[in-house]
Amino acid sequence: MSKTRPEGATALVTGASKGIGAAIALALAEDGWSVGVNYRSDREGAERTVKAIEEAGGRALAVGGDVSDANGVADELFGSLESELGPVLALVNNAGITADGLAIQMGDDDWNRVIDTNLTAAFRMTRRAMRPMIKARYGRIVNIASVVGPRANAGQANYAAAKAGLIGMTKTVAAEVARRGVTVNAVAPGFIATDMTEELPDAILDAVPAKRVGTPEEVAAAVRFLASDAAAYVTGSTLFVDGGMSA
Amino acid sequence: MAEKTITPEAVETTVREALAQFGPEPEEITLDATFEQLDVDSLDLAELSQIIEDEYGVKLKGEDVGKIKTVGDAVDLVVNRAG
Repeated sequence: MSKTRPEGATALVTGASKGIGAAIALALAEDGWSVGVNYRSDREGAERTVKAIEEAGGRALAVGGDVSDANGVADELFGSLESELGPVLALVNNAGITADGLAIQMGDDDWNRVIDTNLTAAFRMTRRAMRPMIKARYGRIVNIASVVGPRANAGQANYAAAKAGLIGMTKTVAAEVARRGVTVNAVAPGFIATDMTEELPDAILDAVPAKRVGTPEEVAAAVRFLASDAAAYVTGSTLFVDGGMSA
Repeated sequence: MAEKTITPEAVETTVREALAQFGPEPEEITLDATFEQLDVDSLDLAELSQIIEDEYGVKLKGEDVGKIKTVGDAVDLVVNRAG
């Protein structure tokens, strides 16, 4: 039987100072989660997200930290949220970067930093998150993947590898912890109107059956569902929010 | 949370209580019982390690936990690691 979300449950959203992460933080707060709004450098953006949540009647806290840092950042983030807001029973691995270039010219550095932030950091955060979730017999982990990974996108070998890896990790971790009431899913956005996609040419919409870009709120709605009690039996899945691009 | 003092008796109680949460009947959990008999699997043992760490501050390595076969082995592992 599925459980209902415990009182005071907190959701940590990485990379939530703007764009998709900020929209996810707002949507989860609207759904009753206390929210940890993680940022790396854009403290002002994170504070704006917190303010918007508070103005809507929710609870939130900005928590700084570079998730790609191997030295205990996960423990610091979880520790401060556990003491300030409540047990972290939802984790949204959203923080991501790009460093595009054709594979033939891509340096190790660009390969490594994209893998570190988009994949390895998500693993470390997930590993830390599962501890309180398993104890509570309740947890929701949502990894923000991409249509890039399941499908090709020239110039993004590093990003595609990280995002495809994230989907693989999602499935396996989901299988490991399913019987403890912890679900692990991925959301794979297509082209979404954010700073990261600002410079894409209009011709890119030819590949999108819906003939428009998506909004951060449309991605956030999918995350909100996967984090909800209603999605207790959904685990190991990838929900595409891409206007039909991967159809 | 204040950490408990490690004695074989205290650890045995903690291990028995933890394992009972995972399904086996309390009376089945004897020191000689194997995890296989009790239907206790690797995720259960990972959670047991977490409970031990929270209560006693003793960090068990995955490779060590992977080698233990019985309830008594688990108690010995914790007591020896502390000693």
